[in-house]
Amino acid sequence: MISYLAMATGFLLILIGFYGVLTNRNILRMIVAFTIADSGVNLAIVAIGYMPGRTAPILDATVKAGDAASRFIDPLPQALVLTAIVISVGVTALMLAYAYKLYEKRRSLDIAKFTELKW
Amino acid sequence: MVKRFVALLLLVAVGAMFTTLLVGYGPDLELNLTARYYAEHSAADIGAANIVTAIIATYRGLDTLGEVTVLFLSATILGLVLAQGRRQASRGSSLVPAGELLTTGSRVLAPLIILLGVYVFVNGHLTPGGGFQGGAIIASGMLLLLLADPVKRFSHRLIATVESLAGIFYVAIGLIGLFLAGGFLDNRFLPTGELGALVSAGAIPLIYSLIGLKVGAEFSTMLAKLSETEAL
Amino acid sequence: MSTLLTAMTVVLCLAMLVAAFVAVSGKSLPIAILAAGLVSLLASVLFLILASPDVAMTEAAIGSGLTTFLFFFVLGRVRSGEKEDSHHG
Repeated sequence: MISYLAMATGFLLILIGFYGVLTNRNILRMIVAFTIADSGVNLAIVAIGYMPGRTAPILDATVKAGDAASRFIDPLPQALVLTAIVISVGVTALMLAYAYKLYEKRRSLDIAKFTELKW
Repeated sequence: MVKRFVALLLLVAVGAMFTTLLVGYGPDLELNLTARYYAEHSAADIGAANIVTAIIATYRGLDTLGEVTVLFLSATILGLVLAQGRRQASRGSSLVPAGELLTTGSRVLAPLIILLGVYVFVNGHLTPGGGFQGGAIIASGMLLLLLADPVKRFSHRLIATVESLAGIFYVAIGLIGLFLAGGFLDNRFLPTGELGALVSAGAIPLIYSLIGLKVGAEFSTMLAKLSETEAL
Repeated sequence: MSTLLTAMTVVLCLAMLVAAFVAVSGKSLPIAILAAGLVSLLASVLFLILASPDVAMTEAAIGSGLTTFLFFFVLGRVRSGEKEDSHHG
């Protein structure tokens, strides 16, 4: 039940993020919406690996190495999401640097004003 | 109005796709084959108590090398895009000096924050944590120093040297694993030790310390470069 | 115990969706950035309920801390970007 809720919330966050990217005109607001979509993607991926009744994949005094396979959830989505979170912050920083440079050129953050690439 | 309508139509289509995914999903009752292999063999082969660390550092170590490369690229391109001339000397006089509370508090807190970051990445193979979390915490400590004293220039050369040396040693450890142990980024050229001790899991503490230093240096570079831009 | 966890999950998910709406269609840009940071923070707590402490730590440190700071650095340099038309229609 928990993983259903988390996955549904992740998908809804992705949709809200896409809606923000498609309807906003201020570049900084579009980047904020991308951040929300990133959080949604990470949530949906981690929710796949959850198994009810089991615990986190760390061996300590309560879970010995022998019964690891029957007490742990899937550790692979967590490793993938770790990578994804770190890369998303790098991409966000780059997007913000480009937004700053665009503002420096044109003094405007409205994306409808940048028409050089339009036909 | 048309643009809004088309956007909503697109979102409804993507939402229908997600709904079919959600309806067809059911949580597993048993671990699948890959996860079972990782859960059963990581204690005996790798010696790390944190299975996610064992996956990131050794089983899928090449992905981590790629991720570190992507971070390095993004920090470099950020520095390139934001390259300015020398910052004007009059910039400093227009900033309000930080209050006494912030200055004294940052002097007390910043060493503690950096110590927490170092603790997190040194113990990455035993408890939740690791190189990326420790690096982010170290960058937060640097950010506190930056906020308390905005005029202070960070020594970019020191941070760049730390980052480059950490990257070079990380690849060197991978190559040592290729020659002395099973393959690239194999951690068994140092003794695996007993499960749960600090000096265990072969070369994983070393790998994670280097990753932690590199990631912390990269995030600090990003923050320092962004804070040295001029107000427009 | 598991009803408590389910109730917490429901509350967290609803709060995340409300914060995401505020971030996407709010009127003021600093509030939108803070709402995105709040989504990250609530997602970090939800990761803990989903038995992933590594991911929770990473999301809290990086997603909720560093990303919000990056936004505010750039927003501070772009002072008059707010005067532009920020929402279509």
